[in-house]
Amino acid sequence: MHISVSVDGTLYEADVEPRTLLVHWLREGIGKVGTVVGCDTSNCGACTVLLDGRSVKSCSVLAVQADGSSVTTIQGLSDGNEWHPVQTAFKECHGLQCGYCTPGMVMSTVDLLSENPNPTEAEIREGLEGNLCRCTGYHNIVKSVAYAAELMGGSTK
Amino acid sequence: MIPVAFDYVRPTSIDEAVAALAAGGEDAKVMAGGQSLMPVLRLRLGAPSLIVDCSRIDEMIGIRDSGDAIVIGSATTHHAVMHDSLVNEYVSLLAKATATVADPQIRHRGTMGGSLAHADPAGDLPAVAAALDATFTIAGPGGRRSVGASDFFVDYFTTAVGDDEVLVNVSFPKRAGWGAHYEKFNRTAQAWAIVGVAATVRMDGGRIAEARIGLTNVAPMPVRARSVEAALAGAADIAAVAAAAESAADGTSPTTDIHADAEYRNHLTRVLTRRAVVKAAGW
Ligand SMILES: Cc1cc2nc3c(=O)[nH]c(=O)nc-3n(C[C@H](O)[C@H](O)[C@H](O)COP(=O)(O)OP(=O)(O)OC[C@H]3O[C@@H](n4cnc5c(N)ncnc54)[C@H](O)[C@@H]3O)c2cc1C
Ligand code: FES
Ligand code: FES
Repeated sequence: MHISVSVDGTLYEADVEPRTLLVHWLREGIGKVGTVVGCDTSNCGACTVLLDGRSVKSCSVLAVQADGSSVTTIQGLSDGNEWHPVQTAFKECHGLQCGYCTPGMVMSTVDLLSENPNPTEAEIREGLEGNLCRCTGYHNIVKSVAYAAELMGGSTK
Repeated sequence: MIPVAFDYVRPTSIDEAVAALAAGGEDAKVMAGGQSLMPVLRLRLGAPSLIVDCSRIDEMIGIRDSGDAIVIGSATTHHAVMHDSLVNEYVSLLAKATATVADPQIRHRGTMGGSLAHADPAGDLPAVAAALDATFTIAGPGGRRSVGASDFFVDYFTTAVGDDEVLVNVSFPKRAGWGAHYEKFNRTAQAWAIVGVAATVRMDGGRIAEARIGLTNVAPMPVRARSVEAALAGAADIAAVAAAAESAADGTSPTTDIHADAEYRNHLTRVLTRRAVVKAAGW
């Protein structure tokens, strides 16, 4: 089936099998390997991208369902060499260990802060409940999100 | 894993969707948000030959005021439902329960109607629909029909929606000013309810005048705790609620599984009913 999807600001036209998962098309179709797969059950959130501005698990969306939409992956966040504040915050606060969950954590954080620029610690934890960190580095992840909120002009309550 | 190959259509009207299901035969499957269906396809627990994607049918999306009721298109996402002002004003129990469903990403894609049509005994919304006496509009080859909540849920993962039909919308009678709370007991983030209690009450002069209570995951289908509802009429304090909640597990048939045994679920049903009603009453 033919699809046309804007990914990280570039419009892509492609023919895909209906069963192709969005994450597989992103990785194998157009080389967006920053988005990773961590499970088969829609639990881990490692594959999180923004679909028309909202966080979704790209393993749980068919590529054909993204037809006509715009997708932002972790590779589309920076502005040239200028990192997105959420990326900077994760680096500064040591919000990652092995880094496997990080692309998903960062994308969920971008979505969370767009809806709630001043989250409490509890709201941060709730807001990231769809993302699992196998290294269990949650403490620094929460600190990273709070710092990102600060960098983006909000402040955590 | 990659799902087994299937054909895919994306109708833009209910008629087209019903025609596509008829043409696809018994191996055709409706997809709404895909948040329950995609894991099934990926694990190859199911292998439909045709997916009929109903996520872009205008008539199935959105929330409107029909006078006595709030009518919600079945393909409206959980995220849209929980943030909608009509839902928060007139059907606040639904908004509160929806906020506990899964996680933000899944709530951005998953739909209210998908949850109800899926009818997982541990799903949070069936008990809400039961408590609120929702009415379901179903479209099929023979036209449209309306079904009440007590006839909609038929068994585990089974509803009145036939294989050749789609759920169009769900209508919730307005309950302005009713207090509401959904008390969900689960062990980890993002997890399903071990037991859940959906409670909504109308207060009058500091007393509970009327109550509606639905129970999640204590039977194959959602259960209305009618004896508790009756006992709550006139309740003026927490002690009266606790006494009424003693009969909450009557008529339930909970299972024993790795999360909890049946006796523990009965205990949870009584305790969570008390908590849910107390919070709904604002005490
Ligand atoms: C990790 C995870 C955690 C979750 N946690 C919870 C939770 O805590 N509580 C909870 O309630 N749910 C939970 N869910 C399920 C989630 O709420 C789903 O969104 C929901 O169950 C199904 O909605 P959907 O729109 O995604 O349906 P789909 O996956 O598209 O469809 C589900 C089923 O319903 C049928 N269907 C869908 N729409 C229609 C229609 N309009 N007419 C006829 N048939 C239809 C489909 O054919 C399919 O059989 C969770 C899911 C995941 C992956
Ligand atoms: S890969 Fe785990 S949720 Fe998508
Ligand atoms: S840093 Fe290793 S999984 Fe989160």
